[in-house]
Formats: sequence, structure tokens, C-alpha cells
Amino acid sequence: MQLTYRKAFKTILVRDLTIAIRHRDDIFNPLLFFIITVSLFPLGIGPEANTLMKIAPGIIWVAALLATLLSLERLFKNDHADGSLEQLLLSPCPTFVLVLAKITAHWIITGLPLIIIAPLLGVLLNLHQDSYLALMLTLLIGTPVLSLLGAIGVALTVGIKKGGVLLSLLILPLYIPVLIFATSAIDAASMNLPYDGQLAIIGAIFVGSLTLAPFAVGSALKVSIN
Amino acid sequence: MWKWLHPYSNPQTTYNLCGTLTPWFAGISAILLTIGLAMSLVFSPPDYQQGESVRIFYIHVPSAMLSMGIYLGMAISALCALVWQMKLTETSIAAMAPVGATFTAIALFTGAAWGKPMWGTWWVWDARLTSELILLFLYLGVIALHNAFEDKELAGKAASVLALVGVINLPIIHYSVEWWNTLHQGATISKFDKPSMSTDMLIPFAISFFGFAFMVASLICIRFKAEIIARNSMRPWVKALAMEKEAN
Repeated sequence: MQLTYRKAFKTILVRDLTIAIRHRDDIFNPLLFFIITVSLFPLGIGPEANTLMKIAPGIIWVAALLATLLSLERLFKNDHADGSLEQLLLSPCPTFVLVLAKITAHWIITGLPLIIIAPLLGVLLNLHQDSYLALMLTLLIGTPVLSLLGAIGVALTVGIKKGGVLLSLLILPLYIPVLIFATSAIDAASMNLPYDGQLAIIGAIFVGSLTLAPFAVGSALKVSIN
Repeated sequence: MWKWLHPYSNPQTTYNLCGTLTPWFAGISAILLTIGLAMSLVFSPPDYQQGESVRIFYIHVPSAMLSMGIYLGMAISALCALVWQMKLTETSIAAMAPVGATFTAIALFTGAAWGKPMWGTWWVWDARLTSELILLFLYLGVIALHNAFEDKELAGKAASVLALVGVINLPIIHYSVEWWNTLHQGATISKFDKPSMSTDMLIPFAISFFGFAFMVASLICIRFKAEIIARNSMRPWVKALAMEKEAN
């Protein structure tokens, strides 16, 4: 039976989403982590409104990075444990398509909820009122990059027993460009300056990682599965 | 070219080649560093603005350049390892990463020591400094990933994937922090047409740079030899080598 690429993509996507919906903790725990981390900052720094306004974009974005990092391990870990990852790699369909489907599912499960909840946290942190659109847009383009780059790290560490700490060491340096451009876009928006330049660069990073990261993930998985 | 390169896919041949090269590299490096550092640290003129503290430059800039050069070398090895499945190039990544990390740390440390008298602060979140720091993180990531695997062959492959991903990210990181914030001065050395540095500073710099470069080469050769032996410890030629060492 010949499997078209589109059908393979859809099958994996639906499978991963179904698994996630049946284990609801997987969706809510990173989200709760995101909310709690963000709400720690006003407690640590002090509830002064102007200070919070200044640091809000950075806090929201750093918390989003950490929440993504926390949820990444699930991307391949269970599949590796029960052997279905090996079966996926054995399939005649190119790894690129399968990996892309898994990453898309991961983004829908973790990235989308972050984007939906972010404005609420912006209110908590007294985010500048002109910045909300920029925050949403940067998260919308930026979180897929986080999932794509993170998948490389997970694929490399999936065979290692205690990969969690190692994963953060591998992945966080790669997240820095997205963080810089996203926060500078939000800052520019709060000063009523145009921020489409920063958005364009995040978009370029997104397109670049969309085309290249699945290859890296594929070869990393082949190493991990051995 | 393949005919010429082919024998070196044999660990033993490469081991012997490194063995013959190491003393040469070490010797050249010792001579060049003696001349270069004596010239730069004692005889070269103090800068008209920065005074004597400009002498850190002769250690800071070579180590910063080499830290990036070693990463590039590592990435080329990684590409060869992934594309042509050459085992020895994977081994060489393990040999290069700690040397590169050390030179990155030296560049950061000397930069901080230079920044204190010049900028009045040990550290600023400037483009060059930040990207050098991230380079250090990338090196540490490669080393950590390499150490995390029990099986050294897998470790080499995984580290080469990571090194390659890192090298794609390196220019992105570099430009992102450059646009973000900058205080560090621009390039002075790489302007070939008219270097913005006087000749009596350029010559000691060039000599000490090549001294450091040969030092790196000899260090990498030594580490490479050690890695080759560690991975081939069950081979007869390694056993023969060990017997020979014991007999002497």
C-alpha cells in the first residue's frame, strides 16, 4: 500500500494530538509552569508598574522558552521507550515528513496555548498597551522556531538516560536570536516604532529552520536509535 | 586527491602522522611564541591612547580568532563525518572541542581584564562579548553531549550533528547581537587593503598569532592521538604500541 506524503503527515499529526488530548497533563503542565514562572517575577522584583512594563516582554519570552524546553522531552521520549519511533524511521516515507508532523503536533499542543494565554500575562505584568499585537505576532512566528530547534536537541538526547539537563545546555544557546529579535520587536512597538523588520527576521529564521531542522532531527534520530 | 587522502582513513597511519607532526608544531610554536611575545610584551610601542594595557591585545585577539577558527574546523570535520561517514573525523571533533572551549574562555577572560581599565567595567552585554559567550556555551554543549554517550561512536555522530547545527546558528547569533547592542570596536586586523594598525604593532601580532595557531595545532594533535588510541584500544597495533612502551 502506497502512502502519500500528505496522508502520512496527517496520520502522525492526528495520532500525536490524540495521545496529547488523552494525557491532558502534557498540555496543562507546561502552561501552568509558564504562568507560575511569569508570576514569580513581580514578586521577586517588586510590583512597581513602570519597572514591570519595561521588563514584561523579556519575562514573557524567557518563560515561553523555558516552558517549551520543559515540554520538549515528550516529543520523542515515549515513542522511543515503546519502540514506535524505530518503526516510524523504518517506514518508506521520508523522515522529513514524519518529523515535521511530530513537530507540528508539538507546536499545536504547547505553542498555541502559550500564545492564547500570553495577553493575560501581559495584563498581569502591565505590558504597554501598544505592545499586545507585537507580543502575539512574535509568539506566533517565534514559537514554531522553538519547537523546530528544540526537536534537534531532543532527537540528540533521546537515547540518553538523563537527557533533561543536557537538553537545556544544547538548546538554549540556539534560542537566543529569536529571544533578541522578539523582545526588541515588542519594545519597538511600545515606543510606537515600526517593528516589521524584526518580525521579518524572525520569519526568516522560521522559514530557515522549517526547511533545515527536520533534516537535522532525522539524522540525529538515526544516531540515537542506532 | 582521494588516492592521497585514502591511507589516512586508517587510524594507525593518522596516529603516526600526528606523532611526527606534533614535535614540529610544538617546536615552531615555541620559537614563534618566544619571539612574538617578547616583541609584543616588551619591545612594541605602547598605544598612544591605551598605554601599556594595549599589550593584552597580543593574547586576546589571537585567542579570539582561534576560538572561532577551531569551531569552523570542528564544523568542517562534522560535515565530513556526516556526509562521508568518516570515523576519524568524528574522533577529531572530540579532540578539538575542549581546546576550542579553552581558547574561548581565554579570550573572554583577557577581554574582561582589558575591559576593566579601558571601558571601566569587567563585562558589558555587547555584541562581540555576548556572541563569544554563546560560542563558549556551544562548545560546552558539544563536550557535554559527547560525554553523555557511553558508546563513543554514537557520541561522535551526535556531537557532529550538534556542531553543524551550531555553525549555522553562529552567524545568526553574531548578527542578532550585533544589531542588538554594540560597544566593542570593529575589525582591525582583517582589513587587508589598509590595516588600521601601525606596522610595528602588526608584526609582533602576526608572529604571536601564528605562535598560538601552531600551539593549537600541536595540542589538537596530542588530543587526537589520545582519542584514536582510546577508541582503538582493542586493536593489535595499539596493543603492540603499549607493549613497546612498557618494554622501554
